[in-house]
Amino acid sequence: GKLDCVLSYSDDFKHRSIVYSFPDAENSNLPVFTMNYARIQVPFEVTLWVLLASFAKIGFHVYHKITFWVPESCLLISIGLMVGAIMHSVHEEPPAVLSYNVFFLFMLPPIVLESGYFIPTRPFFENVGTVLWFAVVGTLWNSIGIGMSLYAVCQIEAFEVQDINLQENMLFAAIISAVDPVAVLSVFEDVSVNEQLYIVVFGECLFNDAVTVVLYNMFNFVAEMPEVEPVDVFLGVARFFVVGLGGMGFGVIFGFVASFTTRFTSNVREIEPLFIFMYSYLAYLVAELFSISSIMAIVTCALTMKYYVEENVSQRSCTTIRHVVKMLGTISETLIFFFLGVVTITTEHEWNWGYIMFTLLLALVWRGLGVLVLTQIINPFRTIPFNFKDQFILGYGGLRGAISFALVFTLPDSIGRKKLFVTTTICMIMFTVFIQGISIRPLIEFINVRRTNRNLETINVEIHSRLIEHTIAGVEDLCGQWSHYYWKDKFLKFNNRILRKILIRDNRAESSIVALYKKLELQNAMEILDTVSGDINAGSSIVSLQYVYPLSHSSACFLSLSLSLSRSLSLACSLSLACSLSLSFSLSLLLAFSLSLSLSLSLSLSVSFCGLVTLSVSLSLCPPGCLSYTSFHIVHPSSLTHYPFNLNRSDGYLRNPEGFGLGSIYQG
Amino acid sequence: MGSTNSTLSKIPNVEELVQETGFTPAHIVRLYDRFEALDKEKTGHLRPQDFGAINRLAINPIGDRIIGAFFSPGQETVDFHSFVRILAHFRPADKKRPKDPSMPEPVNSRTSKLKFAFQLYDQDKDGKISRAELLQVLRSMLEMQVTEEQLESIADRTIQEADLDTDDAISFEEFRKSLEKVNIDHKMSIRFLR
Repeated sequence: GKLDCVLSYSDDFKHRSIVYSFPDAENSNLPVFTMNYARIQVPFEVTLWVLLASFAKIGFHVYHKITFWVPESCLLISIGLMVGAIMHSVHEEPPAVLSYNVFFLFMLPPIVLESGYFIPTRPFFENVGTVLWFAVVGTLWNSIGIGMSLYAVCQIEAFEVQDINLQENMLFAAIISAVDPVAVLSVFEDVSVNEQLYIVVFGECLFNDAVTVVLYNMFNFVAEMPEVEPVDVFLGVARFFVVGLGGMGFGVIFGFVASFTTRFTSNVREIEPLFIFMYSYLAYLVAELFSISSIMAIVTCALTMKYYVEENVSQRSCTTIRHVVKMLGTISETLIFFFLGVVTITTEHEWNWGYIMFTLLLALVWRGLGVLVLTQIINPFRTIPFNFKDQFILGYGGLRGAISFALVFTLPDSIGRKKLFVTTTICMIMFTVFIQGISIRPLIEFINVRRTNRNLETINVEIHSRLIEHTIAGVEDLCGQWSHYYWKDKFLKFNNRILRKILIRDNRAESSIVALYKKLELQNAMEILDTVSGDINAGSSIVSLQYVYPLSHSSACFLSLSLSLSRSLSLACSLSLACSLSLSFSLSLLLAFSLSLSLSLSLSLSVSFCGLVTLSVSLSLCPPGCLSYTSFHIVHPSSLTHYPFNLNRSDGYLRNPEGFGLGSIYQG
Repeated sequence: MGSTNSTLSKIPNVEELVQETGFTPAHIVRLYDRFEALDKEKTGHLRPQDFGAINRLAINPIGDRIIGAFFSPGQETVDFHSFVRILAHFRPADKKRPKDPSMPEPVNSRTSKLKFAFQLYDQDKDGKISRAELLQVLRSMLEMQVTEEQLESIADRTIQEADLDTDDAISFEEFRKSLEKVNIDHKMSIRFLR
C-alpha cells in the first residue's frame, strides 16, 4: 500500500507534526518495498528513449560496413519505424518529441550549435557571398517555383486536390523547399567532397533559415487572410531583412558578450563551459522571442565566440566545451531521426498519389534548375568556379529533414488538407534521406568529384600560405585593385588593435603561424598522453634534463639517448647507449624536470658493460600532463652540469603550469 | 574603345605580350595605365622608389621582397614588358590549355607560381631556402609577436618537416612537395586578371 504523509497541526496550532498513516491500518505492516512510478515518469521515459536511441547507434557500428554505405540517419529512421510499429500495435502514444515547442526549443539548438561551432571559418568567409546567394535566392527560387507549379498541378481534376488554394500551396512549398541542416550534415560529414562544395552546402543549409522563417510566417498569415495586398509583399521583403540581419546581429552581440565574460573567468574555471552554452542558448531564445531567425543567431554567436573564447578559457574547459557540444549535437540528431521514424507510423495519413508524386518530382526539378541557373550567375565572381560535377552534387545534396516536418506539424488546423501535407512531407523526407542519402556516396565516387584531403595542417603549409597571402595582397595593391584580401586584412587589423584588447584576457596579437605552431606542439604532446587505456606514459621519447649524480666518480662520460619502449604507467624502460671508460655502476637519482609542467621522479639503474655500453633501466613516475622531448647529452659524472642538445624545444610556450592540467597553453 | 586602341598603339610589341602572357588586350591596357600612373617621371621605366610610393605596399611585411621580384638581378629599372610578365604569374590558370610538352611552361602554371613564391624566400638565388633565409622571412612576417628563440624553434620545425634530404635547407622540390595538397592556383590567382 502507499504511504500517506500528512502534515497535521495540534489543536492550538502551535505544534506541527508529520504523521505517517496508512489508509487501512488494520493489518498492515511497514512496507519494505514501495513503488511510485508517477513521480518519476517523465524524466524516466526521456532517459529511456535517449538510451534506446543510443543503443541503436552502438548497434550500427558493430558492423562497420553498414555505416559506410548507409548514413546513420537512414538506420535510425528504420529503427524508429520499427519501434513506432510496435507502439502503434499496442496503442501507445509516443512522446511528443517532434511537436513544435519541444523540437524547436530543445532538439534543434544543440545541432545548430554544433554546426556553427565547428564551421571551418576561413573557407566560410572566403565563400560567404556564394553561401548567402544560394541560401537566400536559392530558397526563394525553390519555394516560389514549387508553390506555383503545385498550384498548377492542383488544377488537374484527376487528383482531387482542387480545394488547395494558392496560399496554402505556397505555404507548403515554403516548408519543404528549405534544405535541412540536420539531414545534410549527417550525410556530408563522412563524405569528403572538396572544401568549396562542402562549405557552400553546409552554409546554405544553415543560412536558409531566415528565408524559411519569413516565408512561413508570411504565407501562414496570408493563408488566413482573404486577400493579399501589394503592400504585404514589400512588408515581406522588409521582414526578411529584419529577420536575417536581426538574427546575425543578435548572434554577434551575444558572441561578444560571451567572449567578454570569459575574460574574467580565470578563477572559476569549472563553470567556464557553462557560459558558452548559456549564451548561445540565450541568443537562440531571444531570437525566437522576436520571431527572427534563431538558427542564424546561434550560428553567428558560435562563430563569433569560438575564436575569442578558446583563447581565454583553460585547455580543459576548451576540450570540455568541444566535447559537450559534439555530444549534445549527436544526441539531438539521433533522437530527431529516431522519432521521425516513430511518428511516421503513429500519425494519421492521407495519401494522394498525384500530389505526392508531383511534389517529389517538382522539388527535384526546381532544385536542379535553381542550382544550374544560380551557379551560372555566380561563377564569374568566384575564383574557383563550380564545374558541372560540383553543381550536380550541390543539387543532389539538397536533403530535407526534420525541420520541415516540425513546421508542417504545426500548421494551423484551419488548413483543410493538413494531413495530406503531413504525409507528403514525410514522403519527401524519406525519399531524400533514404534514396539521395544512400546514393550520394557512390555517386560522388562514380562521377569523381574533386575531393579534399583534410589533413593540411603542417607548419610549412601555414607559413607558405601566409607568405602567398601577403604576396597577393601586395600585388593587388600594386595593380591598384582590391578584393576580399583587402577586407580580410582590414578586419585582421581591427581585430588585433581593438577587439582582441577588449575580449581577450592576456592579449598579444598573434599570427596564425604562431597559433598553428603552438597547436601542433600541443598535438604532439597530447598524442603522447593519449593511449588507448588512458595510461600515462613516458611516450616515445623520455625525459630531458637529467641531473645525474653518479655514485662513482669515475671519469665515465655517457651519451644517453633514451627511448622508452613501453607505454605503461610506471615502468619506462630506457635504453641508453653509453660510452663509459670504466666499469661503473651508477645508481643515479634523476630528478627529471620535464620542461613542460610537472616534475617527474625517476630512478635509474645503469650498468655498463665492458666499459662500452651502458644499459640503464629507469623507473619514472610521471604525473599526468608530463611532456617530454628528446634530448641527448653528454654527462660528466664528476660534474653536475650537463650539456643538453635539444632536438625539439618547446619551452617558452608552456609557461604557467596549472597543476596537472596543461594550463593555458595559448598564453605565453 | 577609341582610347583603348590608341593606348594599345603606344605599347610596343603588344602581340608578343598577349601571346606570351595570355592577357587580353583590355587587361594590358589597364596595366599600362597603372604603369604610367606609377611612373611619375614618365621615363618609361620604374625604379624601386616608384614602387615605394604605394602606401599599402610599403607596410606589407614582405613588400620589399615583392618589389625586388620585379627587378631581374643586376637591373635597376623595370620596363613595361617585365612588369606585365611578372604580373602574368598571378593569372588564374587556363583550364582548357592542352598540355603540350614541347611548348615552354606558361607563366601562370602551378610550377611557375610556386617558383615565384620560392624566389621570394631565396634571395641569394642558390636554389635552396637556407635556415637563415627562412628566419628572415619569418621575422618580417611575425615582427614583434615572438621572441627570437621562438622564431628559431618555428624555423627548426619548418625545416624538419620539409627537409627530406637532410641538408638543413629546403630545395625547390621539397618546397613543392610540402605544398602538394594545396590548391596553389586558387591561392595565387588574382581574379580580375583572368
